[in-house]
Amino acid sequence: MAIKNKKLNLKDKYQYLTRDMAWEPTYQKKEDIYPDERFEGIKITDWSQWEDPFRLTMDAYWKYQAEKEKKLYAIFDAFAQNNGHQNISDARYVNSLKLFLSGVSPLEYAAFQGYARVGRQFSGAGARVACQMQAIDELRHSQTQQHAMSHYNKHFNGLHDAAHQHDRIWFLSVPKSFFDDARSAGPFEFLTAISFSFEYVLTNLLFVPFMSGAAYNGDMATVTFGFSAQSDEARHMTLGLEVIKFILEQHEDNVPIIQRWIDKWFWRGFRLLSLVGMMMDYMLPNKVMSWAEAWEVYYEQNGGALFKDLERYGIRPPKYQDVANAAKNHVSHQAWSTFYQYSQATNFHTWMPEEEEMAWLSEKYPETFDKYYRARFEHWDKEHKEGRRFYNNTLPQLCQVCQIPVIFTEKDDPTVFSHRQIKHEGERYHFCSDGCCDIFKNEPEKYIQAWLPVHQIYQGNCGGADVATVVEKYYHINPGVDNMEYHGSPDHQRWLDIKGLKPLKSNSEKKSAA
Amino acid sequence: MSQKVFIAFQDNDNARYLVDAVMQDNPEAEVQYQPAMIRIEAEKRLVINRETMEETLGREWDVQEMLIDVISIGGNVDEDDDHFILQWN
Amino acid sequence: MTIEIKTTSVEPIRNTYSAIARRFGDKPATRYQEASFDIEAKTNFHYRPLWDPKRTLNDPSRTAIRMEDWYAVTDPRQFFYGAYVGNRAKMQEAAESNFAFCDKRNLLTRLPEETQHQILRLLVPLRHVELGANMNNSKIAGDAIATTVAQMHMFAATDRLGIGQYLSRIALLLDGSTGKALDESKTFWMDDELWQPMRKLVEDMLVIDDWFELSLVQNLLLDGLMYPLVYERMDAWLGEQGAEDVSLLTEFQRDWFKESQRWTNAMIKTVAGESDGNREQLQSWVTQWEPRAYEALKPIAQATTGLDALDETRAELSARLKKAGLESTGVQA
Repeated sequence: MAIKNKKLNLKDKYQYLTRDMAWEPTYQKKEDIYPDERFEGIKITDWSQWEDPFRLTMDAYWKYQAEKEKKLYAIFDAFAQNNGHQNISDARYVNSLKLFLSGVSPLEYAAFQGYARVGRQFSGAGARVACQMQAIDELRHSQTQQHAMSHYNKHFNGLHDAAHQHDRIWFLSVPKSFFDDARSAGPFEFLTAISFSFEYVLTNLLFVPFMSGAAYNGDMATVTFGFSAQSDEARHMTLGLEVIKFILEQHEDNVPIIQRWIDKWFWRGFRLLSLVGMMMDYMLPNKVMSWAEAWEVYYEQNGGALFKDLERYGIRPPKYQDVANAAKNHVSHQAWSTFYQYSQATNFHTWMPEEEEMAWLSEKYPETFDKYYRARFEHWDKEHKEGRRFYNNTLPQLCQVCQIPVIFTEKDDPTVFSHRQIKHEGERYHFCSDGCCDIFKNEPEKYIQAWLPVHQIYQGNCGGADVATVVEKYYHINPGVDNMEYHGSPDHQRWLDIKGLKPLKSNSEKKSAA
Repeated sequence: MSQKVFIAFQDNDNARYLVDAVMQDNPEAEVQYQPAMIRIEAEKRLVINRETMEETLGREWDVQEMLIDVISIGGNVDEDDDHFILQWN
Repeated sequence: MTIEIKTTSVEPIRNTYSAIARRFGDKPATRYQEASFDIEAKTNFHYRPLWDPKRTLNDPSRTAIRMEDWYAVTDPRQFFYGAYVGNRAKMQEAAESNFAFCDKRNLLTRLPEETQHQILRLLVPLRHVELGANMNNSKIAGDAIATTVAQMHMFAATDRLGIGQYLSRIALLLDGSTGKALDESKTFWMDDELWQPMRKLVEDMLVIDDWFELSLVQNLLLDGLMYPLVYERMDAWLGEQGAEDVSLLTEFQRDWFKESQRWTNAMIKTVAGESDGNREQLQSWVTQWEPRAYEALKPIAQATTGLDALDETRAELSARLKKAGLESTGVQA
């Protein structure tokens, strides 16, 4: 056996070091060891056809990831020691971080749980290992986000109880139900939902423009964790594309199932991203690109190239893609209007755009902003300046599937709300769109279970009968400090103080510290 | 219809060498500088060669080192010891 | 306008997140604390899993063990992701230089044919046991309901994959990276009588549903007997056969096991100490599984170190379990 050793090529080495450790069991039945692999109807005839999406052995993983972490934490330390929060463009910016920490970070954790689970479920060892690496990466993201935001939490309000709020606050049920939906599905749907539809098709829309935005707004900590996380994401995206191709190549019966999942998860992802659209257009004081522009580059252009590539498997672009493309000029404005009105029940501040920001919106949305939204915003701004800041005290009708209030409009008429309803087993259910209604019709027994925040408040399951009690006691929102109008808030006062500008009122600093 | 593949790097010192090498091997590619990131896109195919990178850097270079600086990609990945290729079929 | 930075605007308005403050008070928190406590969803789950419709997501009833608060189980190493990979990066650097050293000097291929055969038959098949451990810990990480618990198992999952890879590389050193030695070694795992009780045990563990039972059987009982037997006693025995260089290639495992006992001991102590009910449940699992782990290792001990060595490790495990108030078969050391 004394042969001169030669350097293995990456692919061979990787096969020996991963899937070759697996074996065909004989003491236990395969279907008992992998009980969840069949119930979704996906047919896998040969796991050995699996192409490893990346070939990273654990030693290399530890080495590269430790290097990334070392860089990242050096920046976190420097950021905190130098009070880096004072160098951001404007304190309004911090509200996008509040939304991120309560809306996105818990999803990273849910992804960790989901991938750890499917990392055990597949009988193909190559797929298991790829999923496990994503699981530990997702744990990384959820934890580095806690650490990146830790310093902001010490200097601004509204970041203090994100995970608690993710389980409870009305609009946070939008991201939460999205991931609960994926995690409660079978392993193949989970991967189609998260690895493919979310990571591959849509995640660029969340991270790339938003993190570029963070960079543009002087937020060194966020841009650093964001880009550092994205370097893992490139691996996850490769997994997402490999998963889809593998399943489609295994059996032609898989094609209609995958198509249905792509339709479903594209639509759910698109709805979820309305929150990101609002962040980009309204919550970044220095703007990088508009939501519509980001959608064009990262969905229409990249997604277009992707679905063209998948044509050969008999896969078409997601159903209602046309509705989503048309909505790019509306969703961010409609979402911000809603959050502005319901700011008494959010964990962040809202405000009306300043004049030059309105001008930017007009320029970026020439066909929609002035025509449909500017007048309303100017009216609210005027009301606020005259001492009548508008808050809407009614509770909105939520969509049974995406759980966003029914605020979006019809594709062909932006003055008409899009609202669908159907009866199922004697009960009436409401939806924001045909996309969500279709999802319900395919799996009514799943979506009737939804924990709809407004219903839950009415049923008395949220610690009180009135919204003020729910917000303070159940949501752990400190009213007027964590939320409501930005101007005049303790965060705003503190920012003026930091910048050496004259505070509007003198005592607010003490109040916020109390 | 145009089918662009792309790769985005963090805008740091490593990226400058990567951009250099990528442009040598893919003269038709387009480099876009955005806040904190560099995005390179090309029609259908983009290749990063180990050999070119090693010449650019003047040292040995492992294709996987790139993972530290990549932010995002679009396209099917074909990776081995000598290259990293993104392409659409 | 005069620029004047007022101290009040530089001072923090709070020291940490509310969830952390509720546990530890409003004082500056460690990175371990902010990364590990109360970041997992607890309530208001939307849909019952299609794969387990009787329970919710993150359901505490996926184990028979009952804890008032699973976050009572913490990691004495205080590993969160960053601390974990930093630590392992150092360990892998040492391992890498050992492998490079052996490779460069042909330390393994210089060994007598018979010794090389013994390495392939008696040591390398453990890579399959490691893959089982990897799968088990990944399952546990997905089922456990507190980050402090889940993350320790996730780290264990990737550790075991890494250890399986180091064991595989020993065979690749022997066969000049053709894979031939790995194929040969796998036939021992599949067909050699010596390995069958172990393979049966590993396959039986893959169908354990209760995640805490699985952690106990894998991380305490089997590892508690296997690691000291293989990486200490058998390592010494290999040295006596003239293969002391193999020791360089298993250093990672020795360091790893020494470290991993810190969290497994702490976990079992906390869980057993919670209630009599927990202790009784754990005891019944120990009674059921410890003898099986012992039996699975017996042929390997008999073929190498002799049974006394296995009995010694059994006594060590017994002493560890005793600290958590659990009894196991085994001569007290």
